[in-house]
Amino acid sequence: MTDAIRLSRRVALAGAATLAMPLVARAQPAPIKVGLIHPVTGALAGAGQRCRMGGQLAIDDINAAGGIKSMGGAKLEALLGDAQGRPEIATQLVDQMAEAGASGFTGCFASALGLAATQAAAKYNIPFSIDSGIADAITTRGLKNVFRFFPNNSTATADAMAALDAINKAAGSPAKTAVIVHEDSEFGTNSVKLQAAMLPKIGIEVKAMLPHATPTRDFTNIVLRIKQEKPDIVLISNYENEYVLLARTLVQQRVELVSTYSISGGGFNLKFAKEAPTVAENMIDFNHWHNPKDPRSIAFRKRVEAATGFYSWEHPFGYFAVKLLADAWERAGSADKEKTIAALDASTLSDHFMPYGPTKFTNGQNSGSHPVALQIQKGDMTVIWPDSFADAKAVFPRPKA
Amino acid sequence: MAEIYAAALLNGLLIGGVYALVALGLTLIYGVLHIVNFAHGSLLMVAMFAAWMLAELGGVDPYLALPLVSALMFAAGWALYRFVIGRVSRGEDRAILLATLGVSVVLDNLALVIFKGDTRQIETPLTFAMWEVGPLLVSVPKVISFAVSILLAALLWAFMARTDTGRAIRAVAREPEGARLMGIRPDRIFALAYGIGIACLGAAACLLLPSFYVSPHVGNVFVLVAFTIVVLGGMGSFPGAVVGGLLIGVTESLGGLLLGESLGPIGISLVFIAVLLLRPTGLFGAAR
Repeated sequence: MTDAIRLSRRVALAGAATLAMPLVARAQPAPIKVGLIHPVTGALAGAGQRCRMGGQLAIDDINAAGGIKSMGGAKLEALLGDAQGRPEIATQLVDQMAEAGASGFTGCFASALGLAATQAAAKYNIPFSIDSGIADAITTRGLKNVFRFFPNNSTATADAMAALDAINKAAGSPAKTAVIVHEDSEFGTNSVKLQAAMLPKIGIEVKAMLPHATPTRDFTNIVLRIKQEKPDIVLISNYENEYVLLARTLVQQRVELVSTYSISGGGFNLKFAKEAPTVAENMIDFNHWHNPKDPRSIAFRKRVEAATGFYSWEHPFGYFAVKLLADAWERAGSADKEKTIAALDASTLSDHFMPYGPTKFTNGQNSGSHPVALQIQKGDMTVIWPDSFADAKAVFPRPKA
Repeated sequence: MAEIYAAALLNGLLIGGVYALVALGLTLIYGVLHIVNFAHGSLLMVAMFAAWMLAELGGVDPYLALPLVSALMFAAGWALYRFVIGRVSRGEDRAILLATLGVSVVLDNLALVIFKGDTRQIETPLTFAMWEVGPLLVSVPKVISFAVSILLAALLWAFMARTDTGRAIRAVAREPEGARLMGIRPDRIFALAYGIGIACLGAAACLLLPSFYVSPHVGNVFVLVAFTIVVLGGMGSFPGAVVGGLLIGVTESLGGLLLGESLGPIGISLVFIAVLLLRPTGLFGAAR
């Protein structure tokens, strides 16, 4: 008898629990899983970690603000993957995360990783929001699941020349001749081919193109060649180590220039400004940055600096790659793949602090995104072009030493 | 135009001084242990980060830090041999080689974890100091690194030639069994030689830092050149390392000027191949 009572009590409890379950589930909808794929070890580790951190901050912010409201406040959950700088690992991570129920991906800092990972995600038709990765091909292969909120390579080069032209003309065209220094692999050679073809069109004669190997241990020879040519500007296209060595040697050898100019200069960042203040001052680079006129960008930078001590454009890139996905889920009211992709296609995301025009996706590429011209002034990063986002006037030509 | 050649020649000589110092450590270790130290580049990187941290966090000028970093690197090299390389290899040459390779893999990745893949640098009061020699501007840090490198090479040579410890090292290098019979303990000498070789890297790191950068991969930038110098000068030969270093510095600089910095590095390889063909023992190497 007592046993029966006990049993029935247990049954009653179980019944009550079953009844309560849907209520609990309704209060806490299943989380939406986002795969963040970056190289967080290996040679690209630093940049990959910055992208990842940006993505995680976005997830924290979205969850703190109540998750995806149209889905009953569903929270985002990060699936973290280390692509180690190897495309085949990026592909494997996509497979694993798809298995684990990922509803979307962001990544992968490097174009080579992005190309591989987006293709893998296309098999599952899972939406992929590219953070950094500038190669045009990422969005030109006809993959319906791939979206890039940020600029691509052809935009960047065309914009860079327009920026140089505008800065030069505004100063009365002091730059009439240029020497291009570039590293001699595919990256440097291809990008300077484009530049060399475009420079004469903006009234700048290319006097010499000086290739160098990676690594190059000493830039004295190259700088002496530059001195011989007496150009007004030096255009630089190489990786971080050689960028800083060349920049330093230009100062040591007292080369008089109107300015230096690089496109996505390998060593151009706030760390360079801090560690090599004499060299970095007044150098100009055409690159990604936030909109400094938007107070949210300043707050975001402070937040990142408080956590890691170093802020770079990779942080907002990682951040808004996730925000783009979250915005699509919010509008779709579902994490369904087809619905999410349709929502991304129609995205006009305007709640951001990047220096971009209106968001409009054409074949997965946001045509409103543009890099900006940056100059290190008084040890800090300033935007000098376009005027609508500039927080400083260009120092061009730079003062004579 | 003549100015440019003079500048390239001078610059090559000055850079060659530091190359020589890096190669000196390598040739000493080879001469005594008869193995190529694959951890050489990684240990140079470690020394450069040590010097960089002292400068960045402690505000210590790299030149002032030189004795300290060299001493630390000596201790690190000695301990590395005594507790890791020597133990795992059990005296087998092949195993020593692999052990140094393993050490380099561990150090490189440790540096990546701690410092990330980024490039670091410092500006010292002397970074932009230039001497005007006629029409040429000569970098003062490069002159200093050249002078100190040559001085240290001379001191090391004197140490090996004139002191009992130096003689013991040479004895072990030549005939370990015979040295043991004379009461010298080869294992101690091996650790000592490894420590001294690595201490050279500590000095080279401090001399390089004011005019170079540091990153977890910086060792690779110098280590191939150092291997070339050691073979060129004669494996195990001190004068060979110094002359080889200067020769490679000048070859690199003139090669870069004449062929461009893209094709220029080919000069080093050409010299290397020529030496292997014509004088396989190296410029100062003794036939074995």
